[in-house]
Amino acid sequence: MSNISRRRLITTGLAAAAGVAGLSAASRIARRYGLIPPDGGGIYGPGETLTYAAQRLLTTHSLAREFPRAMISKAPFANPTAPPSDAFKRLQAGGFSNWRLTVDGMVAHPTAFSLSDLKALPVHNQITEVVCEEGWSYVAEWIGTPLVHVLDAVSVLPQARYVVYFSIEPDWWESVDMADALHPQTFLTMGMNDGDLPVKFGGPLRLRLPRQLGYKSVKYITHITATDSLKRFGKGLGSASPEAGYAWYAGI
Amino acid sequence: MGGKPQRKDGHGAENFTGKHEPRPHNPPKISAPFAPAPCYPHRVSTTSSPVVRITPRHTALVRVTHWITVLAFLALLITGGELVISHPRFYWGETGNSGTTPLFKIPIPSSRDTVPTGYSYVMPDQNGWSRYLHFEAAWILVLTGLVYVIAGLLNAHFRKNLFPPPAQRRWRAFRDVFAKLLRRAPLHEAESRSYNVVQRLSYLAVIFVLFPLVIWTGLALSPAFDSAVPAAVNLLGGRQSARTLHFFVSGLLVIFLFVHVTMIVLAGFWSRMRGMITGRAAAPSERL
Repeated sequence: MSNISRRRLITTGLAAAAGVAGLSAASRIARRYGLIPPDGGGIYGPGETLTYAAQRLLTTHSLAREFPRAMISKAPFANPTAPPSDAFKRLQAGGFSNWRLTVDGMVAHPTAFSLSDLKALPVHNQITEVVCEEGWSYVAEWIGTPLVHVLDAVSVLPQARYVVYFSIEPDWWESVDMADALHPQTFLTMGMNDGDLPVKFGGPLRLRLPRQLGYKSVKYITHITATDSLKRFGKGLGSASPEAGYAWYAGI
Repeated sequence: MGGKPQRKDGHGAENFTGKHEPRPHNPPKISAPFAPAPCYPHRVSTTSSPVVRITPRHTALVRVTHWITVLAFLALLITGGELVISHPRFYWGETGNSGTTPLFKIPIPSSRDTVPTGYSYVMPDQNGWSRYLHFEAAWILVLTGLVYVIAGLLNAHFRKNLFPPPAQRRWRAFRDVFAKLLRRAPLHEAESRSYNVVQRLSYLAVIFVLFPLVIWTGLALSPAFDSAVPAAVNLLGGRQSARTLHFFVSGLLVIFLFVHVTMIVLAGFWSRMRGMITGRAAAPSERL
């Protein structure tokens, strides 16, 4: 390789050094501002981190597209869920009047909300699209309480960085960062298309997150906890999805 | 350093030390009054064979970005195929699902038992790692493409090597390319160092039309990106249109890949591979 000139060697060396320094500075900044997702390790970590960091910077306050009423899908589709647990069936038999949403963790006033407690908070509606990672989609009207009102009611502490939410069904839980948790379109959904939210679509209580893929919108929510670290939950990857091989951040 | 330094360009380093090897020495017999004053001591050669500079067929930047793009594209192709298998139906407009009429179906089994494919067989779910790898490879491809395009604009790569020169901007040039191909006429050396008009326009279309389109249609499938830039998906006619277009543009890129590889095999696989790996063009004696 005698034809590599000294100038070229020096420029390449400097560029490489600048690249390494730049990358380490970027990763420090990313860590500091919470731009690294909990599943940001391993061989897919760089891609996930780039996606999450870029979209966090681009979409902190952006709103998912909302549609006119005429675009509501006549044929909404729901992926089937596992047969309901006995706990669910008991609550269903009682008309969900004993359904409780426990909110705890880094909050000043841990509270258990009934569905009517949630309906007493400001209720909003949105006509947004459900986007499945498989490729299909539908538009529906979703009626519910923005999660931000629930978090305000329990006074979430400023050091909370994530909100973890659990289904009544086992091993079904997800988490979002505060940008998504406080986002005005993140709903604790109780109604769909002018009626109660059908069980098939997550009733009586589903967390809807229209800026991320459908699998982040967990059905049958009974427990929400605010935390400053996801390390203590499951395998520490942020939610059940990465444990099953799917990305934690699904804004793609 | 054992032996004497040898240089091929005729400027032996030893000439300047005076310690050159003895060689046959016949001073010119010129009559004294008209003899021009020697410019140099006669033992210094004033002629030199031209320095043979091997200009690479492809610059290092083109070669490196080409192969990174190859790897990223193959990863995107395989994982994209896996993702299609989880719902091998395509729609037009904003929405579409197993309960609505598709624009068309791919007649294969699905990796989901909820999709009415007509097959009882359900393929294994590969979406988790496929999605992770699809987006990581997309980042690698986009960043590599940016480096390539910016460098290509700065160093006139596109203007010099890909934009058709005036002689090629006529129909005759197109006709000649296809006529030669059909006759299977042997390539001239110049043709293995430069591109004809069909090659140039194909590469320009891939770089400036198909790749931007596949990136755009792919980004339009991100609900978060769409929340920041709604026009990205609305201009394509809705989410399902964007997905269908993403599939078709990827198909065009696959067609390009097949034609590209076929032409390389026809033109001489190893010499073309060497050109894109080491940068060395084929020597005139070799098969081009």
